[in-house]
Amino acid sequence: MEYFVQQLINGLTLGSIYGLIAIGYTMVYGIIGMINFAHGDVFMVGAFIALIVFLLLISLFYTVPVAVALLIMMVVAMLLTSLYNWTIEKLAYRPLRGSFRLAPLITAIGMSIALSNFVQVTQGPRNKPIPPMVSRVYEIGGISISLKQIIIVVVTVSLLAIFWYLVNKTSLGRAQRACEQDRKMAALLGVDVDKTISITFIMGASLAAVAGTLFLMYYGVVVFSDGFVPGVKAFTAAVLGGIGSIPGAVLGGLLIGFIESMWSAYFSIDYKDVAAFSILAIVLIFLPSGILGRPEVEKV
Amino acid sequence: MAGTPLLQVQGVETFYGNIRALDRVDVEVRQGEIVALIGANGAGKSTLMMTIFGNPRARAGSIVFDGSDITQLPTHEIARLRIAQSPEGRRIFPRMTVLENLQMGASLDNLKYFAEDSEKVFTLFPRLKERISQRGGTLSGGEQQMLSIGRALMARPRLLLLDEPSLGLAPLIVKQIFDAIRELNRTQGLTVFLVEQNAFGALKLANRGYVMVNGRVTMSGSGAQLLADPEVRAAYLEGGRH
Repeated sequence: MEYFVQQLINGLTLGSIYGLIAIGYTMVYGIIGMINFAHGDVFMVGAFIALIVFLLLISLFYTVPVAVALLIMMVVAMLLTSLYNWTIEKLAYRPLRGSFRLAPLITAIGMSIALSNFVQVTQGPRNKPIPPMVSRVYEIGGISISLKQIIIVVVTVSLLAIFWYLVNKTSLGRAQRACEQDRKMAALLGVDVDKTISITFIMGASLAAVAGTLFLMYYGVVVFSDGFVPGVKAFTAAVLGGIGSIPGAVLGGLLIGFIESMWSAYFSIDYKDVAAFSILAIVLIFLPSGILGRPEVEKV
Repeated sequence: MAGTPLLQVQGVETFYGNIRALDRVDVEVRQGEIVALIGANGAGKSTLMMTIFGNPRARAGSIVFDGSDITQLPTHEIARLRIAQSPEGRRIFPRMTVLENLQMGASLDNLKYFAEDSEKVFTLFPRLKERISQRGGTLSGGEQQMLSIGRALMARPRLLLLDEPSLGLAPLIVKQIFDAIRELNRTQGLTVFLVEQNAFGALKLANRGYVMVNGRVTMSGSGAQLLADPEVRAAYLEGGRH
């Protein structure tokens, strides 16, 4: 039982990170109907920015309180990563809007390769480790919960709360949902559609940057290719939850996290990715639009 | 000022690919008027409504609103000049509630007059108030039509464009909607430009009318004149729906 609960906690941690990344995929899909395949790499860039900020902080001040360091890392990573994603959208995707469906998809794959190669060239191809930032572990009734895990879950939950409020209760969120449901009509009501799409990319990048910072803190290492596997997993999470649905992205992220940690614990760690993707395949056979997704056709 | 031109469409041509949908169209709507544009299916009426909003954009000619040229303005900036449209197909946001749909209409003023204006809309269409927290996509056609008009009114428009407000509605509701338009025009001086296949109702409601055939304006005159015109009668009234 303790072992099970332990895995549940590990899964929750992992799932939080996937969920944060998955929101970026799902929102962009919702609003412009394209899969931003560069999003995983945007996450990796976020982790690298956090790394650089961390190294700068400790070389400038020698010791920094962990909470302060984390906060600065997150904020700087959010700002700069947003700038990256905003630029990508403006340069690479916007000119192709209204083009045939595959064009932005191919461009997104190109941007993904461009980002990871850019980081490989500028930061080097090797693993970049940082000294452990947070190492405390709590033992509760035979279950060990690390402070890192608590931070990840707390940050994720509070960020999701803010994010939920933004999307559901503000005029900005309403404009975003309007663009998602009917872009032409939104423009007729005075919504600046291009600006709303830009903001969506910025929001997705901010969440990915936080995920990147948390990833760096959790594993203590990042490498240029780290955008790929977590990116694909988060994409899987978004599809599993129902692409276009924000609660679906979070749910999908958690599920992928649970599947991975349970499979690793009870079966074989080597096949954890196989397990995650197999379950995706099975779910999609029975629920083609994902768990919380809506079918493509709807009553008009 | 009553009588001064609010919207002037001059020599406008719009294309879908290589197909010309509008051919040198001239239309004028003056302050405080109700103007109807009638014509058969596919004549280009809705295209004109959307061309006024720059989507699709006119390839020739000019569109002037209140003295300034809006032909090349982005759609959302045209909306911000307080031109509101209840478009073809109603285009209700299906996964937003009635309330949120109305809020979208009021977003230009950031909901500043929302309480006051939504009360007015609910007085006009009490049914909407009963459905306030229901999703747009689950409303009936008539309710969606009311919501679409209500949403356009929420923008406090200086010019209201209505595309087929009577389409697919029961005669009683059509009458209710036409009465509402007349009332808004009379009490608040709202300028209305409407497109209709229901030529009889529209021409009775309107001060002036235009007839469109294959992308061209072929006739214009006062509502009464057009109603009495033998050609109009033959093409759009007799045997048509009244």
